[in-house]
Amino acid sequence: MSADLIALAYLVAAVFFILALKGLSSPLSARRGNLFGMVGMTIAVGTTLTITQNWTLILSCIAIGGIIGSLVAQRVQMTAMPELVAFMHSLVGLAAVFIAIAAVNNPVSFGLPELLPAGSKLELFLGTFIGAMTWSGSVIAFLKLSGRMSGAPVIFTGQHVINLLLAMVMIGFGLWFFFSETTNWTAFITMTAIAFLLGFLIIIPIGGADMPVVISMLNSYSGWAAAGIGFSLGNSMLIIAGSLVGSSGAILSYIMCKAMNRPFLSVILGGFGSDGSSQAAGDGVQKAYRSGSADDAAFLMSNADSVIIVPGYGLAVARAQHAVNELAEVLHQKGVNVRFAIHPVAGRMPGHMNVLLAEAEIPYEQVLEMDEINSDFPNTDVVLVLGANDVVNPAANIPGSPIYGMPILDAHKARTVIVVKRSMAAGYAGLDNDLFYMDKTMMVFGDAKKVVEDMVKAV
Amino acid sequence: MIGEIDPTIIHLTVFVLAVFVGYHVVWNVTPALHTPLMSVTNAISSIILVGAMLAAGPAESDWGVWLGAGAVILASINVFGGFLVTQRMLEMFRKKDKKGSA
Repeated sequence: MSADLIALAYLVAAVFFILALKGLSSPLSARRGNLFGMVGMTIAVGTTLTITQNWTLILSCIAIGGIIGSLVAQRVQMTAMPELVAFMHSLVGLAAVFIAIAAVNNPVSFGLPELLPAGSKLELFLGTFIGAMTWSGSVIAFLKLSGRMSGAPVIFTGQHVINLLLAMVMIGFGLWFFFSETTNWTAFITMTAIAFLLGFLIIIPIGGADMPVVISMLNSYSGWAAAGIGFSLGNSMLIIAGSLVGSSGAILSYIMCKAMNRPFLSVILGGFGSDGSSQAAGDGVQKAYRSGSADDAAFLMSNADSVIIVPGYGLAVARAQHAVNELAEVLHQKGVNVRFAIHPVAGRMPGHMNVLLAEAEIPYEQVLEMDEINSDFPNTDVVLVLGANDVVNPAANIPGSPIYGMPILDAHKARTVIVVKRSMAAGYAGLDNDLFYMDKTMMVFGDAKKVVEDMVKAV
Repeated sequence: MIGEIDPTIIHLTVFVLAVFVGYHVVWNVTPALHTPLMSVTNAISSIILVGAMLAAGPAESDWGVWLGAGAVILASINVFGGFLVTQRMLEMFRKKDKKGSA
């Protein structure tokens, strides 16, 4: 194939990738969008095959990777999606590093001159260090999310100074590589090693509660790494695809930060959301609350006209999604209008709760976002809060509160509130929740799954 | 004309425009599909598979070719894993007929 023809085929593939993302604007067009993505990838890979020689090697490597990828995709639990995504980000990062090293070793096979021009060196430097940081950062995120490493932030004195120094040293080696006339392997390898270390150091101080931001941020990095490799290889398709992913991850990070009312910089600097931060919250005074049984709650809900269910990650931990679907169905049969209200940080990654509810076969029309449903709470008879805490804490409306300004679901405005919780312990923010002590609130203690199953029986 | 434009500038043009396209397309994604968005962008960023194939491409093999082959495996895991898990998730976001009557 001529170079022009190849470039045109790559352009077609790039357009398919844009269409793939565009499809996700609605669940109706999303499956077609994903199909477009696959078509784009097939065109890209097929075109590239025509300009490579080692077909046996390449195709067998694709087959090996394809089998592993397909098996993983089939077997992964929906609750483990954040881990899977972190794992996949790490692969993109490592692959980017491998490609960059191979390009420094043999520029000719990438259509670059034998002696790398300055521009290509700069681009390879960018692609390598973003890739290396993506890899080690994602590995840490994966270990934290899968519980193989404590979610608590790892903090030591001088952390940020060390990171800054390392970054400067890394750039120094990058410049040395950049200005060397021949291929300077020492500079390149040292720079890559420091980038690996930096990725690791940047993620360890970030706590479990901030993982939705971290995972979006690494998503963004993996895109920029691909774009960086695209610059090195002078390949517009890689640049386009990488930028799409990079901006997507950046937007998701922004949305997550806004939903937690945390400045992006303070998330990155870390130290928030340790798992053990649920210290004795509040002023220490024992406040009165009303508790009831699952039967009482079922009675309230079956006599209501409208019920909004607010699920939190505690629901998924208790594996209660299917029980909740049953509850919604029996209430529905009694003529109750049942809907779900999702806070943007309800799961452990953006949109996670929606997937978990969809998996339990809850129709997506009944699942509403915070902005869509918040104005309906005052006209709602019963709100059922399942395994959520900070996202319904009215303290967010009180100036001076640590979570002041965080957007919340206005559960406290409903006529009656039922909260299912294991105990009165505080949430991630370590704050007491006034919602639990309101006159119209009934606490039901117990495991979410068991309680919901009892409710189903009692309705 | 002042002279030939450096290819890097052309790439930069493509890059900046692509970031704008990405920005506008992604804001239109419904929040309910943010997890599938992440897994599909993951698959799309494995487009570096193309770079990996070029690294593994030369007929005379040295260690760079094997590094490229390793990158092909890593990126392929992502391509297949990413698209298939997205498909699996999107299959769940269907309208349910049994409740459609209400």
